[in-house]
Amino acid sequence: MSADHAGPAAGPAATVRRLEALLEQRGLIDAEQLDRALGTFLARASPANGARLAARAWVDEGFRQRLLADANAALPELGLSMGGGLQEQRLKVVQNTADSHNVIVCTLCSCYPLALLGPSPTWYKSEAYRSRVVRDPRTVLREFGFELEPRVAISVWDSSAEARYMVLPRRPGGTEDLGEPELAALVTRNGLIGVAPL
Amino acid sequence: MADLFRIGDRVRASRVDPPHHTRLPRYARGAAGTVTDLLGRYPLPDRSARRLAAEPEPVYAVAFAARELFGEGDHTVTIDLWESYLQPAEAAEPRGTDTAAATSLPARLRRDAPRGRP
Repeated sequence: MSADHAGPAAGPAATVRRLEALLEQRGLIDAEQLDRALGTFLARASPANGARLAARAWVDEGFRQRLLADANAALPELGLSMGGGLQEQRLKVVQNTADSHNVIVCTLCSCYPLALLGPSPTWYKSEAYRSRVVRDPRTVLREFGFELEPRVAISVWDSSAEARYMVLPRRPGGTEDLGEPELAALVTRNGLIGVAPL
Repeated sequence: MADLFRIGDRVRASRVDPPHHTRLPRYARGAAGTVTDLLGRYPLPDRSARRLAAEPEPVYAVAFAARELFGEGDHTVTIDLWESYLQPAEAAEPRGTDTAAATSLPARLRRDAPRGRP
């Protein structure tokens, strides 16, 4: 791929480090406190959370319906929430079916449900992904090794405002005997973004 | 203030290319779509990013056909848009027509504020 896939520039990271150093220097923040707060949040932020949601939705029809209707209200059933930031963010879960597929992007930056998917992959923030997936999602999915049948309709969700999105993948065939933890283990971060089947 | 739009309404995104921060993606400007969801009320970032007073206003999920956005493609793109970015589709000029679009824009989007900060 082109250099566009190189990911975000190092500039912002350097700016943040400098800002943090200044805030510490002037006694406005306590470095240890900051590390602790970040550590606590990141320890909980993992794609395992999104995978648990998907597995529960596959085995519990009532939960699936509640998750699709009002994800924020359904999350606490698994001890999860979209809090952790400055305010609770609205979550919308979009469901893949035999005829329709969903894929998530933030064309303006890299908005993403961090608490459920963990830190976002570098490619998610790349200009190439952000600009191309809205325009030609089928080709972008193919580049991820994911060939969708032509009859499957694609919905792209540009989460460039305040809501966050997560894809509920389709339950694979032949998994009737698996329990919830085994099902959750099948689900990947890319599947929850919509660039992989699972 | 009541929401201007309801689910199912046809809307058109503003054509303005503002000189300041905005969260109306460029590729949606002037395009017509359908409101599919109401996402709550939030301050308009075009104003809050400039530290201007910004009352919370409705944010809508608006579904656009790829053909409307890019002239080709069979998928849909749903974009979350603040009310200030939208007009009723029948009232707004279609995309690509050469009109003084800026005159029909909501006051909140006009260049009415100090540009840049010292």
